[in-house]
Amino acid sequence: MSTAALAPPNSARSLFSSVIVKKAIMAATGAALYLFVTVHLLGNLQVFLGPEAINTYAAKLKSIPEILWGARLGLLTLVGLHILTTIQLMKINSKARPVAYAKKANSASTAASRTMYLSGPTIAAFIVYHLLHLTVGSAHPQFSETDVYSNIVFGFRVWWVSAAYLVAMALLCTHLSHGVQSMFQSLGFNHPKHTPRIKKFAHAVGLIYFAGFASMPLAALSGFLPPFFERL
Amino acid sequence: MNLTLHVWRQANAAAPGRMERYDARNVSEDMSFLEMLDVVNEQLIAESKEPIAFEHDCREGICGSCGFMVNGVAHGPQRGTTVCQLHMRHFKDGEELYLEPWRATAFPVLKDLVVDRGALDRIIAAGGYVSVRTGSAPDGNAISVPKEAADISMDAAACIGCGACVAACPNAAAALFTGAKISHLGTLPQGQAERSRRALRMVEQLSLEDFGACTNIGECEAACPKQIPIEMIARMNHDHLKAAWQTRGARKSGGGE
Repeated sequence: MSTAALAPPNSARSLFSSVIVKKAIMAATGAALYLFVTVHLLGNLQVFLGPEAINTYAAKLKSIPEILWGARLGLLTLVGLHILTTIQLMKINSKARPVAYAKKANSASTAASRTMYLSGPTIAAFIVYHLLHLTVGSAHPQFSETDVYSNIVFGFRVWWVSAAYLVAMALLCTHLSHGVQSMFQSLGFNHPKHTPRIKKFAHAVGLIYFAGFASMPLAALSGFLPPFFERL
Repeated sequence: MNLTLHVWRQANAAAPGRMERYDARNVSEDMSFLEMLDVVNEQLIAESKEPIAFEHDCREGICGSCGFMVNGVAHGPQRGTTVCQLHMRHFKDGEELYLEPWRATAFPVLKDLVVDRGALDRIIAAGGYVSVRTGSAPDGNAISVPKEAADISMDAAACIGCGACVAACPNAAAALFTGAKISHLGTLPQGQAERSRRALRMVEQLSLEDFGACTNIGECEAACPKQIPIEMIARMNHDHLKAAWQTRGARKSGGGE
């Protein structure tokens, strides 16, 4: 028998050059980052419990530097892999259709799914600003190392900071509303019964997370979150 | 009814192409889209002009020969329908229609609306087969096939290889086509022997042909004249990831190869 057609594939090459493996990397890193966003949202919503609750929580997170830096490096690696794989896939996709259609209609895709290449880079840019604003503090007018509560309240009292934050969160949540369902498909899970539920869940995630994230700057701007001057 | 057509005209693979405007007059609503083009071509021939080239064969929606974009939608606006089975009653008098060939690096335009879909054949050749023993016919029902597997396989086997999924995909990916072929064979007991290799090789070929990567947005499913669901892409992803993990390469010693 001729073995030319049946020779086993070069496993190492086919593993990392495969577009499906690349999509699986997107899905796995995306899933981990989605979990981080969930924990981050829940943690920060403690701002509504008052300064003591959130400041204690923040101090606890920072108490063991090994864990703190481990988590930070882990997150950075995840974001890096997610972006690197996107760039690789974008290169492949940009080569696949050199002549654009004179007229092209969208029949089934959602706006969220078509704007992943827009929402993604915006989120990346936001992460850089967000770190300088509320983690490093260099982009914050009155940054305190220990008083996370006042950092949030005073940070968001600047209207354009809140506006930019709301735009970034809207795009993050659109990104999630496609990403959270897309990761199942990329990893090979699609079922006529479960997939519609997963899609509903992903859309709910987008809306609920946006409500959660938006509540903080809106509360700071409207004065619902008191500045607690006496505690400073 | 009267229609205005804007059609991509390209003399051959090397020549540059452009959109040209034609009038289609007195179109009967009982005509199929291709019959309407036949009438336009008769007129062009009468005027000693080059008729519009388009691919067609069975004209009953089962061969997979025909297909082009009508107003940016593969096979036109009617879901689950090839362009040869699309009837003019779905259009309004006075409508302007843009007809373009499938656009993909993997599908070079040969002439006007005709593209070379050899890339799909090469994906099949890379692994879209099962090995059978020759000789006398096997006993019927010797291999039990679960009903569910037979159903999924049959849904996937409906693929006629027209290329609409590639044309509709914003990334010009052939994921639905390849997913359908992998699922068609991979869900049946008869397709198990080559299942891993099939999932690796056909996907590898897909990249070698310069098709794009799937972004799970579902345009292919909407364009497919056989309404093959993107569940088939997930099945391909599953088979491919499992195979990519399990594959061990050539054995150093022993074995029967």
